[in-house]
Amino acid sequence: MKRPSPEALRLALPVLALVALLISVFVMRPNVMSYNGMHLLFKLGIPIALATLAQMIIMSVNDLDLSMGSFVSFVACVAATWLVDAPLIGAAMLLAAIAAYAALGMMICYRGLPSIVVTLGMSFVWAGLAVLVLPTPGGTAPVWVKAVMSARPTMVPIGIAGSAVIAVVAHFIIMRSSFGVLIRGVGGNERSVARAGWSVLWARGAAYATAAAFAVASGITLVGLMTSADANIALRYTLLSIAGVILGGGEFTGGRVSAVGAVFGALTLLLAGSFLTFLKVPSDWQIGAQGMILIVILALRVLLERFEKKGRRT
Amino acid sequence: MKALLRKPWLWSFVAATLVWLATILATGGASTIGLTQAALTFAAFSVIVGTGQMFVITLGPGNIDLAIPATITLSGTVSLKYMNTSDALILPGIGIAIGIGLAIGVLNYALIKALRIPPIIATLAMSFVIQSAAIATNRGLRIKPPPAMAEFSTGLTLGIPNVALLAAAITVVAWFILNRTVYGRWISAIGQSRPAARMAGIPVDGARFATYVLCAVLAAVCGFLLACFSGGAALNMGSEYLLISIAVVVIGGTSVAGGNSNVPGIWGASLFMFLVVSMLNTYGFEAGYRLISTGVIIIGVILLASGRRPAQ
Repeated sequence: MKRPSPEALRLALPVLALVALLISVFVMRPNVMSYNGMHLLFKLGIPIALATLAQMIIMSVNDLDLSMGSFVSFVACVAATWLVDAPLIGAAMLLAAIAAYAALGMMICYRGLPSIVVTLGMSFVWAGLAVLVLPTPGGTAPVWVKAVMSARPTMVPIGIAGSAVIAVVAHFIIMRSSFGVLIRGVGGNERSVARAGWSVLWARGAAYATAAAFAVASGITLVGLMTSADANIALRYTLLSIAGVILGGGEFTGGRVSAVGAVFGALTLLLAGSFLTFLKVPSDWQIGAQGMILIVILALRVLLERFEKKGRRT
Repeated sequence: MKALLRKPWLWSFVAATLVWLATILATGGASTIGLTQAALTFAAFSVIVGTGQMFVITLGPGNIDLAIPATITLSGTVSLKYMNTSDALILPGIGIAIGIGLAIGVLNYALIKALRIPPIIATLAMSFVIQSAAIATNRGLRIKPPPAMAEFSTGLTLGIPNVALLAAAITVVAWFILNRTVYGRWISAIGQSRPAARMAGIPVDGARFATYVLCAVLAAVCGFLLACFSGGAALNMGSEYLLISIAVVVIGGTSVAGGNSNVPGIWGASLFMFLVVSMLNTYGFEAGYRLISTGVIIIGVILLASGRRPAQ
């Protein structure tokens, strides 16, 4: 039998974790095993998957974005106000935000700044802008976004179908296109990318812009689901997105990431929340139990890697 | 003079002084003493957690403790609940706070080492568990600190806030540990190159373990003091210290890449962070603009500070 590749083994874990959680949920609540049940279970999957992919792109160039949550919140606030009242101005604002991300990436590269601190500072900026755009919770989702997000495709609920499409698109952008190879190359070995005649500065800028585009999509789809916004709507996405990437087999350094894995990681974390609710875990311990699930899955990964190494030796 | 100018921590103090002057100018010097004392008090809490975070960041890329806010909350909550406003139980209360710090530090490093989880994720997952424990103990109760502790943590000695004096003592000890002890040299060496440190026979695991424990203990001490200072523990009391603990370390001139740390700079950066917010308040900015200015100023300082470093 052909040995599975290390990449496939890496992907196996988030997939198995998701399946295991799903089966446990089915056993506890058989009525979830329906179109409507699955629809509710994975409803928030699309924005979380998009934010996780955005974080993954930043991580593929060895950086970390600690402003992801406040940026997605800012986008949601713009989408719930300007994008409804004056779509052109709203779109211009979001494009400007993407340009700002690109500029940020280039500044981080040019001056050799720590991305953690710069994005930490930016998290204040985005939070401030979000408050200015939408001082009190409210707003409405643009009609077309609401229509898309509440679509009910036959067979597969929108949360799952959407996440699958996003995973495939991201896989082609990051894993298959020459652009994707370039930015992962920057993460793997910046100097050799530069020696090969590429501009690391522009590659980083482009990576940040692509990440921002995913984050913008995350904010817009989130508003489509929530139908209103507030300045704190997505703050937990910062940590959730980092955890999702790691869970999906990504690494902090070396440009080693997986787009499909990241989407599975994001959905696993999402499902973990519902799983705990069905398990009747007291609400005090819900976050704690989510932390424990994260720890267990990562522990399994260590076991899997040991198994992988042993297999190679024999 | 030239040697002084080359010190990376100098700039955080320059920035803090400028902001301090700008604030005083706005009030016409009316609240100079009050502002200074408030700045020293709030900076003290940032200094205590920042010092712990600095030791962790010294260990090199990827080392960071995200469990600090949850540790602050749990330590404040449990110790105040135990003391139950009784002055007689202050010493065991402090012991419990430190014990919580020790336990969290040990667990953090156990995850990092045994499960080979990157520290960011390990401490993040731990912080979820710790926060849950804090929620379960707290249950919305707000227990007042023992009167003697409340008096100490809000009091002054020779016009200087007691907590600031305590933080200054911690700073001196931290400086000594980092620059004058074998352990301090070890963690700097590990931050510069872990393989090289291992080759040189440095007990890398032991040093890293001690560092994560130290950081958690400092966060727990900060939580204890903060809860006493603010008249009780609250579930969100630690949340702002995640950003602050990282920001003060980096603005203070410590290299994020590890191996090159700066103890005095944490004071400059902590004072700066507090004074910026109070300056923006004094000038009457509304919340949105205040947040934006804070962010822009942090990035501005990093930009200035990084420009003077020799090219690597």
